[in-house]
Amino acid sequence: MTQVPISWFLTLSAVLFALGVAGFLFRRSIITVFMSIELMLNAVNLSFVTFAYEYKQVNGHLFTFFVMVVAAAEAAVGLAIILTVFKNRATLNIDDMDSMKD
Amino acid sequence: MQLWLIPIFPLAGFLINGLFGKRFSKGLVNVFAIGAVLLSFAWVLKTISGLGDLTSPYTEHYFTWIQSGAFTINWDFSADRLTEVMLLVVTGVGLLIHIYSIGYMAHEHGPHHGGYYRFFSYMNLFMFFMLVLVLGANYLVLFVGWEGVGLSSYLLIGFYFTKKFATDAGNKAFIVNRIGDFGFSLAMFYIVKTFGTLDFNSVFSRAAGIPESTLTLIGLLLLVGATGKSAQIPLYVWLPDAMAGPTPVSALIHAATMVTAGVYMTARSWPIYTHAPAALETIAVIGIATAFFAATIGMAQNDIKKVFAYSTVSQLGYMFVGVGVGAFSTGIYHLVTHAFFKALLFLGSGAVIHSLSGEQDLRNMGGLRTKIPWTFWTMVCAWIAISGVPLTSGFFSKDAILLAAYQHAPWIYWVGTITAGITAFYVSRAMFLTFFGSYRGHEHHIHESPAVMTLPLAVLALLSLAGGYLFPVPAFLSNLFPPMEEVENSSLMAISVAFGLGGIALAYLMYAVKPALADSFVSGIKGLYTLVYNKYFVDEIYDATVVKPLVGGSRWVLWRGVDVGIIDGLANGIATASRGVGGVLRLVQSGNIRSYAAWVVFGSVALMVALGMLAGGAR
Amino acid sequence: MDVVLFLIFAFIAVVAAINVVVQTHPIASAVSLIGVMGSLAILYLLLGAEFIAVAQVIVYAGAVMVLFIFVIMLLNAGAEVKRGRSLLVQLLGAPLLIALLGLLAYFVQRIFPRNVTVHFGGFTGGSAQAIGRALFTTYLLPFEVISLLILIAILGAIVLGRKELD
Repeated sequence: MTQVPISWFLTLSAVLFALGVAGFLFRRSIITVFMSIELMLNAVNLSFVTFAYEYKQVNGHLFTFFVMVVAAAEAAVGLAIILTVFKNRATLNIDDMDSMKD
Repeated sequence: MQLWLIPIFPLAGFLINGLFGKRFSKGLVNVFAIGAVLLSFAWVLKTISGLGDLTSPYTEHYFTWIQSGAFTINWDFSADRLTEVMLLVVTGVGLLIHIYSIGYMAHEHGPHHGGYYRFFSYMNLFMFFMLVLVLGANYLVLFVGWEGVGLSSYLLIGFYFTKKFATDAGNKAFIVNRIGDFGFSLAMFYIVKTFGTLDFNSVFSRAAGIPESTLTLIGLLLLVGATGKSAQIPLYVWLPDAMAGPTPVSALIHAATMVTAGVYMTARSWPIYTHAPAALETIAVIGIATAFFAATIGMAQNDIKKVFAYSTVSQLGYMFVGVGVGAFSTGIYHLVTHAFFKALLFLGSGAVIHSLSGEQDLRNMGGLRTKIPWTFWTMVCAWIAISGVPLTSGFFSKDAILLAAYQHAPWIYWVGTITAGITAFYVSRAMFLTFFGSYRGHEHHIHESPAVMTLPLAVLALLSLAGGYLFPVPAFLSNLFPPMEEVENSSLMAISVAFGLGGIALAYLMYAVKPALADSFVSGIKGLYTLVYNKYFVDEIYDATVVKPLVGGSRWVLWRGVDVGIIDGLANGIATASRGVGGVLRLVQSGNIRSYAAWVVFGSVALMVALGMLAGGAR
Repeated sequence: MDVVLFLIFAFIAVVAAINVVVQTHPIASAVSLIGVMGSLAILYLLLGAEFIAVAQVIVYAGAVMVLFIFVIMLLNAGAEVKRGRSLLVQLLGAPLLIALLGLLAYFVQRIFPRNVTVHFGGFTGGSAQAIGRALFTTYLLPFEVISLLILIAILGAIVLGRKELD
């Protein structure tokens, strides 16, 4: 076999996504949680490109493009927020950011 | 003929006095109140003369009241001979009592009393409703009047509303009446179901073709209503308590007019009853039982008004006996004569009470005949009339009933005759204790009542004596009711007269000649006396068997159980449940970011499962 | 050949991703994430997405991750300390994860067709020319909106990161 079945790409995407979710759920440092989110976005990008290949259309790539742009913007703003939070609380542990708790 | 003018005058009197009477002087209130009844009476006379020799009913249609598909009820007034008799009694006796009230209620006017105009406006309201009742051409208009007089009775019994026993009596009257009215309503429903209409003419003309069981049921239900309004067994208990109202009220409403509404209604429904002999029999039995029962209680009472109250119940029983044995006109005859002498007895006792500045207990009276002669002599006329002394009005009417009863069932005659003796006894006892002997009370200023009170007494006395001749009611009504054999049996007449005279004689012996005899006799039959004196404990029995369970059921089952427990519980329970659910859901907002993350993942997994199942199903 | 490439880089990607999740120090996680992105770029090339692959490396790995690393250095983020807990995550975390993975795998295996296979050159529509054409014709409006979005993000980042003037 010289060609890769397309479902393998999708499986890979699923695995990466699941790993992203795992990091999202189980890590305590807020920066690591952010990075897990980026990982999830990347997994989704992969699946979009895979579908673009399947249907032989460029629309999937466009979607990926937009996702990347949004991810970048989100990373910028999110990190800025993390900076502010760190300034106020001097901690990066998300379990300590519980002022919404009664 | 403008029949509607007859009740309109009192209605106008009620409105004017009720709305503006507070600012009127006594004289002005009198003008409107008495004037209203006077105008009404005058119009009745004009109407009667104008109607001439009524052989068939004269009806006036005013407007369509209820229209529902094929079912129509019109507001109609009709007049036939029975109506004429009732109209005369209501307006005539009513007028006399209104005039009397000017004197009796005089002290209710002034800065510290709010009663004078209120009294007269209520009395006029009563007149209005009573006239509507009598003039109604169908059962529903009659029922409007029926309910209205019950309302007026409640208002007037509870006239001295600052006294609890008066308001209690008013409540009792109204509530017991309601029970009767429930029976009446059921009867009306059944009539509508059977006949499709409530109009008298339509119903009565078709009564012959209806199965007897249906008519019996209707008749019995109507009887329930009549026992409530006319104070028969078992719903008579309100009438003695109603003596809490002013004496003119007792005279007008609870002697002459309102309580006779049941008799009138029963007589009016004679086509139904003549085809339902079982119902008629029931009426007669209840009537005679009530007559005897109430008479025995009247023997032992010490309050002068209570004696006459039980007397009224008893005499009403006689009227029902007359109707129940099929001699409808005799019942109406006794209604007329009873209005005369019973109103006189009440008004007279009112004059006595007025003279003694409020004393009502027989044991504190005595020897008054020299001090208040007018009152005495007029009451003597009533006394002999009710005792059935020959040639008085009471003699004719009571005799007519007893003779008719003998033809129907002799045992009723005998019980009725014994009751007549008891009647004579207790009225004589009251008279002897009040007017004879020596004065046992403490009042110093015993004065005769003013003319405005004694004149109506005189008129009524005349009517009590001569009313039998002046108003031969059975002859007048003979073309209306089914004919009954007129039997003149002089031996029966003699027996009943003998019983009456015997009652007077016994009372004379026990209270005028040898007063100690009464006390020794009573102590000899202590237990029985206690039973009778306490009205056979009927009120107490009712209280224990009916009132207390109802109140208890209302309080514990319906209020605490259903209302608070179930309904409030449901409403509050929903609120509490919502709070509970909210309280649980609140825990989702833990403030912990990681748990939010977990919820997000949970939600997306759930969503994916749902989508997968949808997609799988679609495939 | 393609299969081998795929397997190697897929393997690297997965290992790096696991590393992202497992490492305690954020810097190690960041570097591993760069590794994931690089592997993914190769896989994009395999799928014929040339532009996207390049964009991935330049924008994602080169800019976004560098930003991450800068922030980590700025904050002097140390190794993660296990403090605090969430009951829900402890109870549901693993099951949810397994459920998620299982569902996704199920969907992929069952629903999507297998007869399409990937090889180099199987799709030529991912060139810069094609992307450009689509971007400026069909997707013009989103493009403009996106630029606005970036502007807002810049503004936001500046405002948030500014020193308080006291």
